[in-house]
Amino acid sequence: MNEPSASQPLVIIGNGIAGITCARHVRKRSPRPVVVISAETDHFFSRTALMYIYMGHMKYEHTKPYEDWFWVKNNITLVRKYVVRIDTEKRELHFDDETRMMYGDLVLATGSKSNFFGWPGQDLKGVQGLYSYPDLQRMEADTQGISRAVVVGGGLIGVEMVEMLHSRGIHVTFLVRESEFWRNVLPAEEAALISRHLREHGIDLRLNTELKELLPDAQGRVRAVVTSQGEEIACQFAGITVGVSPNTEMARQSGIACERGILVNEFFETEVPHVYAIGDCAQYRTPPPGRRAIEPLWYTGRFHGETLALTLTGKRTAYQPGPWFNSAKFFDIEYQTYGDVKANAAENEKAFYWEHAGGKMSFRAVFDAASQKLIGINVFGIRLRHEMFDQWLREGRTVSHAIEHLADANFDPEFYRTFEHEIARAFHTQTGITITPRPKSLLRIFKRPQYS
Amino acid sequence: MKSAEPSLSLAQPHPEGVGILRRSGFALALAAVAYLLLAWAKLVPVNAIALTVTLSAIVIGVTVYAWDLYRNVPPGIKNNGVFTSSITNGGLWGWVAGIILTAFYVALYWFPETLGLGKDGSNTGIVALFDPLKRFFTGSNSTSQWFVYGTLYTVAIVSLGIKFMLKYRHNRYQLIRTSVVMVSQLFLAYLIPEILEGLTTGQAYFAKDIKNIWPLNYYFFYDWHLNGMLEGGALGRLFLIAGLVLFLIGTPILTYFLGKRWYCSWVCGCGGLAETAGDPYRQLSSKKVSAWKIERWMIHAVLVLVTIMTGATLYGYFSGQSEILGLSIYNYFQKPYGFLIGAAFSGVIGVGFYPVLGSRVWCRFGCPLAGYMGIIQRFKSRFRITTNGGQCISCGNCSTYCEMGIDVRAYAQKGQNIVRASCVGCGICAAVCPRGVLKLENGPEEGRINDNPISIGNDGIKLNGLS
Repeated sequence: MNEPSASQPLVIIGNGIAGITCARHVRKRSPRPVVVISAETDHFFSRTALMYIYMGHMKYEHTKPYEDWFWVKNNITLVRKYVVRIDTEKRELHFDDETRMMYGDLVLATGSKSNFFGWPGQDLKGVQGLYSYPDLQRMEADTQGISRAVVVGGGLIGVEMVEMLHSRGIHVTFLVRESEFWRNVLPAEEAALISRHLREHGIDLRLNTELKELLPDAQGRVRAVVTSQGEEIACQFAGITVGVSPNTEMARQSGIACERGILVNEFFETEVPHVYAIGDCAQYRTPPPGRRAIEPLWYTGRFHGETLALTLTGKRTAYQPGPWFNSAKFFDIEYQTYGDVKANAAENEKAFYWEHAGGKMSFRAVFDAASQKLIGINVFGIRLRHEMFDQWLREGRTVSHAIEHLADANFDPEFYRTFEHEIARAFHTQTGITITPRPKSLLRIFKRPQYS
Repeated sequence: MKSAEPSLSLAQPHPEGVGILRRSGFALALAAVAYLLLAWAKLVPVNAIALTVTLSAIVIGVTVYAWDLYRNVPPGIKNNGVFTSSITNGGLWGWVAGIILTAFYVALYWFPETLGLGKDGSNTGIVALFDPLKRFFTGSNSTSQWFVYGTLYTVAIVSLGIKFMLKYRHNRYQLIRTSVVMVSQLFLAYLIPEILEGLTTGQAYFAKDIKNIWPLNYYFFYDWHLNGMLEGGALGRLFLIAGLVLFLIGTPILTYFLGKRWYCSWVCGCGGLAETAGDPYRQLSSKKVSAWKIERWMIHAVLVLVTIMTGATLYGYFSGQSEILGLSIYNYFQKPYGFLIGAAFSGVIGVGFYPVLGSRVWCRFGCPLAGYMGIIQRFKSRFRITTNGGQCISCGNCSTYCEMGIDVRAYAQKGQNIVRASCVGCGICAAVCPRGVLKLENGPEEGRINDNPISIGNDGIKLNGLS
């Protein structure tokens, strides 16, 4: 195998957040040719915003973070084609229109696919997952004028689909396998909080319920689902949101080693020279400490792209994520998490939980039972400053420190009511530790040490 | 036991149908507006009762409509269907509304007689409809089309301000900001000036809206206006001094500490209308870089023009000349500025085109006061919109709902603070953000502008200094 020359392009398959971030950061550091291939859309759009297109908050064009001229100006070539096979020997891509393309380096950023577990009737018209732009177009077409829908699977995409359908006045029944919404990720109280909120919006939430089969009408369209309890629920549309899996088929068929995802080391290198994988489709052979092997998340996709861009431009860099964070919004309630909050506290962990009387705001701090060191927080209905918790987690601060300085971390809009004192009182009740919350300090917020 | 059967009406948790209350509210407000249009066409009686009923009907109708619209849904962002409804997505109904509004502004500025403006108290049509109210304030039928406009403007801000507050009832920043802008319009811009007008009848006129500062109020230094203030006793001197102090000292200090929002989205009448009546159209502003390039030139060009025009005016005032360098100050400076900027830009295009170009066209491309404060905000202010570390998902809600056309997302996804001359601090970007990424705040100048942000949470990158 010959070494690639600088003139051979970096080819990225997939124009999602991982692939595009990689392309942009390579371009910032190097003039080498960059090609991004996608069969899904001409341009990069924000996958997380698909729901807002359906709900009428935005149009597709609003979800594109860069104007179309951006790619020309930055000399990033966009190709709208479908790759069927990679010839890793000749370093050549085969497209479905029988054309080919040479690559110098190849980045696989092919994302995920919606899971389907082989239910009878899962291929009926009006049954689908939600991941891609074509999924959205299909959902738009198949939900015109309908009155009832069922969504299966109580996770983040599931609740988005529920909100989307609900926004069109469609009655939604939501089948959730767990005892409360997202209980496999959220502790019981928070899961219950969101379950309540879903019901407040009139969602027919069915807990401890799974899908058994989907029933067709005469035209081959879904007319009902049957639940694990044997109940038949009439519907004209069924959203299947029971998780996603890495989209690895093409890589697998091209002889690139995969387990659930495309296997990579800490530099996102597959075992084939000059072939890398990032984003949802990648699986770490050795996950970074405290991380799962596959992390199908917007933020991790971005981090992967940034990191690999360094390697591809001559600065070989291992992926080294900092403290975990994530966020979501469930109808009207925002959620943020920093650090590691498990659905059920581990042996060595203790948790403090406060919930507002209105039942729409909560704060949980998980800490080490012995050292009192903060392990993670969950917050609903209140915004908190990422940088502050990132700093406290890195510094190994105690839970008491966080409660004492919570005002510094508040990120709610100005004039919002604050709950630091109420939270401190609840902390005293639960732990016996008395803390007087300090007032917000601009000095501490804006002049904290920079970690570099 | 829950039933899976559809169409059990009692169990139907979706009150999606439009109820009688909402229909009534809408019909009431619509009827009132129709009455105004009929009065304009001189087809209906005009008297005190008709006016009272009409104006009350607008406020009550809008309030009832909005209350019913939002009461059955939990508090939260209410943007469902914004881009699927033709009245708000720049579609056919948007254009119809835009054309009607524009026609009204054309009549208002250039053909007031078509509204019924007569000579010496012989008004007819819609102007005559407002005579009783003018008489109530000043004791005379000195109604001009501007009184009609001012009254309707205030009614629009109050009624649609109530709607806005119901829509954003979960957001205390929006509630407080909107209350202030409504009170500011009702009292500072409308009631107090009218009452003062009534108390000073027979004296030379000067503008009595104390917050309408030069250069937004471009005629502040015109001969007749300066003389009006100088001849207006203690009150006139108060307004002269207040006008100068607010421009020279008040504006820079407040803008330094709070950003230009203290004026643009908290106090200003143009901003007040944009934030209330214009709220359904905020998403129509262009976010293209090309629009921003035009904006930068245009708003600062207007600022230069108003300064030149005012310079010529003051030269004329102090020298007693009517010409400068052989050019008539009126014909070459004041008249073109008043026509092109004062009327055509700020009025006809600025408001008439709300449903097509968005709600802040004037504030963004034209207002010289906004231009002046923008320079302060950009270079010497404590105001910024902070982004929350790495939490941005690039969804685009912030940019879409920015009425000033700022591509907020471009900053947020990089973790860069938003420090932009044009930001009026309405706070809607922060409200619509689904991940709690944006926060308007005043803080130390140091570190306010972070041009090379690093994404939090990716340590390998920090160590290797990718930028």
